[in-house]
Amino acid sequence: MISQVFILSSQGDHLIYKDFRGEAGSDVIGVFYEKVTALTGDQPPVVMTLRDLHFIHVRQGGLYWVATASADSSPFTVIEFLNRFSALVKDYCGSLSEKSVQMNFALIYELLDEVVDYGYIQTTSSDVLKNFIQTEAVSSRPFSLFDLSNVGLFGAETQQSKVAPSSAATRPIQSSREQGGRSEIFVDVIERMSVVIGCNGVLMKADVEGEIKVKCYMPSCSEMRIGLNEEFSIGKSQLRGYGAAVRVDECSFHQAVRLDEFDSNRILRLCPSQGEQTVMQYQLSDHLPSAPPFRLFPTIERDSGGRLLMYLKLRCDLPPKSAAINVCATIPVPKGSVSLSQELSSPDQSSELKLQNRAIDWTIPRFPGGTQLSALFKLEVSGLSPSSMLEVGPVGLVFELPQLTVTGLQIRFLRLSPVQPGPSQRWVRYVTHSDSYVIRL
Amino acid sequence: MPYLGSEDAVRELRRALCNPNVQSDQLRYRSTILKVIRAMSQGVDVSGLFSEMVKACATVDIVQKKLVYVFLCSYATLNPELSLLVINTLRKDCQDPNPMVRSLALRNMTNLRLPSLVEYVEQPLTAGLRDRAACVRRVAVLGWAKLHNLQPNSEIDAAVVNELYGLLRDPDPVVMVNCLRALEEILKEEGGVAINKPITHHLLNRLKESDVWGQCEVLKILQRYRPQSENELFDILSLLDASLVSPHPPVMAATLSLFLCLCSGLPAVSLAALERVRGPLLAACGSVSRETRFTALCHIQLLLRSLPGLMGAHYKRFFCGYAEPAYIKQRKMQVLVELVNDDNVAMLLDELKGYCTDVNTDTAQAAISAIGRIGRSYSDRCLEILTGLLGLKQEHITSAVVQTMRDLVWVCPQCSDTVCLALEGCEETLQDSQGRQALLWLLAVYGERVSSAPYTLEVFIDGVRSEASLGVKMELLTTTMRLFLCRPAETQDMLGRLLHYCIEEETDMCVRDQALFYYRLLHCGTEETRKVLQGRRSDPSLGVLIGRPAEPISQWAYSFNTLEPLTQGCVETEPASRGSPEHVTFDPKPNTDLSDTLNCSQIEKVHSGSDSASGFPYSSANVLASSLAAPLSLSLSPALGPEEFERLWMQRQASHADQGAEKLEEEEDYVCMEEQIQCPAIPHCSPQSLQAAMQLVNIQTLAFTPPHTLPWRVYLYTHTQHAHSGEAPRITLIVGELLYTGEASRRVVEIKKGTEDGDVAEEEEEAGLSGRELVSEEEEVKVTVKQQPRDDKALKGFLSILTTVLHTLSPENN
Repeated sequence: MISQVFILSSQGDHLIYKDFRGEAGSDVIGVFYEKVTALTGDQPPVVMTLRDLHFIHVRQGGLYWVATASADSSPFTVIEFLNRFSALVKDYCGSLSEKSVQMNFALIYELLDEVVDYGYIQTTSSDVLKNFIQTEAVSSRPFSLFDLSNVGLFGAETQQSKVAPSSAATRPIQSSREQGGRSEIFVDVIERMSVVIGCNGVLMKADVEGEIKVKCYMPSCSEMRIGLNEEFSIGKSQLRGYGAAVRVDECSFHQAVRLDEFDSNRILRLCPSQGEQTVMQYQLSDHLPSAPPFRLFPTIERDSGGRLLMYLKLRCDLPPKSAAINVCATIPVPKGSVSLSQELSSPDQSSELKLQNRAIDWTIPRFPGGTQLSALFKLEVSGLSPSSMLEVGPVGLVFELPQLTVTGLQIRFLRLSPVQPGPSQRWVRYVTHSDSYVIRL
Repeated sequence: MPYLGSEDAVRELRRALCNPNVQSDQLRYRSTILKVIRAMSQGVDVSGLFSEMVKACATVDIVQKKLVYVFLCSYATLNPELSLLVINTLRKDCQDPNPMVRSLALRNMTNLRLPSLVEYVEQPLTAGLRDRAACVRRVAVLGWAKLHNLQPNSEIDAAVVNELYGLLRDPDPVVMVNCLRALEEILKEEGGVAINKPITHHLLNRLKESDVWGQCEVLKILQRYRPQSENELFDILSLLDASLVSPHPPVMAATLSLFLCLCSGLPAVSLAALERVRGPLLAACGSVSRETRFTALCHIQLLLRSLPGLMGAHYKRFFCGYAEPAYIKQRKMQVLVELVNDDNVAMLLDELKGYCTDVNTDTAQAAISAIGRIGRSYSDRCLEILTGLLGLKQEHITSAVVQTMRDLVWVCPQCSDTVCLALEGCEETLQDSQGRQALLWLLAVYGERVSSAPYTLEVFIDGVRSEASLGVKMELLTTTMRLFLCRPAETQDMLGRLLHYCIEEETDMCVRDQALFYYRLLHCGTEETRKVLQGRRSDPSLGVLIGRPAEPISQWAYSFNTLEPLTQGCVETEPASRGSPEHVTFDPKPNTDLSDTLNCSQIEKVHSGSDSASGFPYSSANVLASSLAAPLSLSLSPALGPEEFERLWMQRQASHADQGAEKLEEEEDYVCMEEQIQCPAIPHCSPQSLQAAMQLVNIQTLAFTPPHTLPWRVYLYTHTQHAHSGEAPRITLIVGELLYTGEASRRVVEIKKGTEDGDVAEEEEEAGLSGRELVSEEEEVKVTVKQQPRDDKALKGFLSILTTVLHTLSPENN
């Protein structure tokens, strides 16, 4: 049972406050903000208690989403609700930020009113809610030069509409209804890898968590069929087809997905509701179908002048046609590090010594598959001792692999039935993120 | 917009709201109202605009209506009279053909929270319960709960309650769930909604129609139901099985909660349910949402309390992510420590080692103390890492390492040599009081082995004037005194200076009193002082325990899926992490009500493998109760240290090996006997419950392997006191080992007996043993026991006690 819900900006500004049961005073917001900012490092922040008042909060879009609840409420439920609520706000407002929440507060109050009554969650399904929500979203698209770049000479559209602009899926779902907006559907396959590679280059842990998300901007869509790879298999025993099997360990589906064609043809059938929903989630542990995307070959030594020399070779083992983008390697360095001189193998890379984090950030904007980059870091360290080497490593990598899934999961086809009147667009996007990619030195 | 003070803002808004031009233009009117709401949610007091807003309520624009209601519901309690004006509009709206308008009006009517309006609200609410539109019924049902809570002392209207019970059969699942919620609130005094068999089965059958939230609510309320028969119970359980592995963590958690509640009398079923949720819980641990991850981790810690082996194979899932926040990393480390076993210890330590140099000091310190915990069972590897970390000479790391070493040495005194070597030179890096206190404690206890101890102390004593921490000063006094006892020549002078300072100059009473006390103590002579100051160096009762006892599920089931696991700092706070370990009071041992020595029956036949595990009716109480003519007493004193034990054991082991694999052997001094006890699943029970049970009969366990590892071993000892009639009681020492070798399921008891009078018929024993071996096809534990001096009757008695304890512990008998 939820007593109050409120949204705070990271500076503690009140954005939304709703009291469902009138049981606690309204100063709780101040109390919460005081508590959350006074937390020390080893105190878990998710649940905080003040007498019989329990604050549960999540951070989404840089905001605090807080609920107060009784001690016997289920934390899973409240947290899931807050996450779902923030996802709803994102669907309805287009994006999640302090600004969009501020501009759409009327809409958010309306949502809250329909979603929770007297502290009891009523519904969070966007299919139901769309009948009740009347306020229109005010979208806060920041002015961007990229908008201009699409307009060519004499105002001609230059962009080949082969690729959806990245902002395409960050608009309010309701705009499609009124302005006769584009009728679009996005199917995203998103995978997150967490990998640990030992100091001898052995893969010690490799987990992949993936999900298929559908974001639907169609006012009415009766049925959608998503075809996965035919050789997709679940669990260890069952292998299908003759080609390279796409295997996952565990797999779960959204309630609304009908699986009658799944066993035979690997087809998911569902009627997507407006907004975003996760259709399928899957996990793969301890096994990658291909080599891990990055390998690091480090040479680290101390030179006579008391400097630390780090020669790092980073190899990208993706297929040659793919590339990783926004790669950033974080290399922890000893505590007394003072300054850094670097030699990088190409001009678009950059690196920086972050003293606060005690680490070197080596950023590579684009890293094509099958290539190798190298960097030589010379680090001035005061009081360098042999044991300082303990502090070097492990290296953490952050990256994005667009148009690629490490499990090999693909969407064979995407069919809507009945065929939509008017122009409708279907987009399938793949991306793999690094959840945690650690290479020990 | 220029910034206005709140009063100006309110005045400005009022002017706009009253402006007829604005009122006639719907869009402008709406945007003015928007401004009011915005000011309200930013915390500006706009209650002065109440009457203007009441007027704005009468409109056909639903958006505007909704906005005005948001305002009215926030301020109605401040303006009860003016609120009466709204009621008319609201009642009119309740007749509106549009169901959305009807539900909106009904909801806000009840949200005004004004007791004076109750009489106007009842009629529309009654009508609302029978409305055609489900959305109106949903609101009306909850409306009754709100109304009831507005006047908590009023009588409960039986007609309404009946109608609500009737609406449990409503086709709309949300209405059904809302009815449950409303009845819970209205009938709170009677213990909530009545959950009988028809209602339960109705709810269960319709569970799938509800969404996640509704299912959770229903599952929670069903916890009150008690099935009437076992068949019914299993029907319910099989119906719920699919929800147990639901991909939605809330449903999974609520279902498990219900499972544990229904199966409180069936531990095996509960354990199976825990196994079943492993997959979904692990998935939740990898959720995108950090908060869900954290919640799942906290609940996994709960589960591990009863089923320590649950996540053993999945330890890699608890490796910390590179960018995870510190609070998740710390929880993961707490879980990792529980999962350590022979196979993964190398991997785990490698991983934890990486965290020790984390930029975040809390994470680093948590990692170091996690390594210390693992050190209790794998001390060599861990000490190697810990001493390596000292080389970094970083303040927070050194402090954490020294504290961890102190805690480790307290539990595993055999580590002391390495620790003493590592301590040299630490004091230069230590800054914080916790770390320095730990160092001082170690110097006090192992001062004679740390060559530089007096010099280190001297530095402390020289700086005592500028010392701010009370704890450090107290510890310093004790340390200097203790060091004086073992190295008087080097310490005498500085002790004098310290005492002088503390007595003459120190302003803190505690320190001064302590110093005076020591001063007077010294007057009584060294021997007296030694008696007072000689503290224990370790707690042998802790043994080299790893892992906590496998608690019964009922210990934590009530807190599962509540906020409690999330608010607890960690499940087991390190008792020794604050202050010196010897000052910490440990939980009283379970044998407090028993005398130090314990009379046990000399049971004629040795219960061994031949007594199959089926229905062994003894509890340890039975054993204790039956005392016989020639009583055998077990006692723990004098205590045997781990080193002493090891020495004894190895000595016997060697001679035993020389003699070959005879089951019973006899030297002039002791007898070796192997025994097999059939007691399934003992290796799966946790070290501490075993230890507790053993202590109950005064058998001390010294060392364990973690549960679920193979081979599984336990080392133990006890003293027997066998009163022969007319003779002085003979005291023998028994040291023993329990060994469970693995898949072949053989547990063997070896008993080596040191004996003086070697006149016991070995053949008897051998015959008995071979007879027992025939039945030993199931899980058996091999025990090796040594007795010194030999006393066969005592040994038999000991064995029967041990057998009984093991049988009592094995889960089949629970």
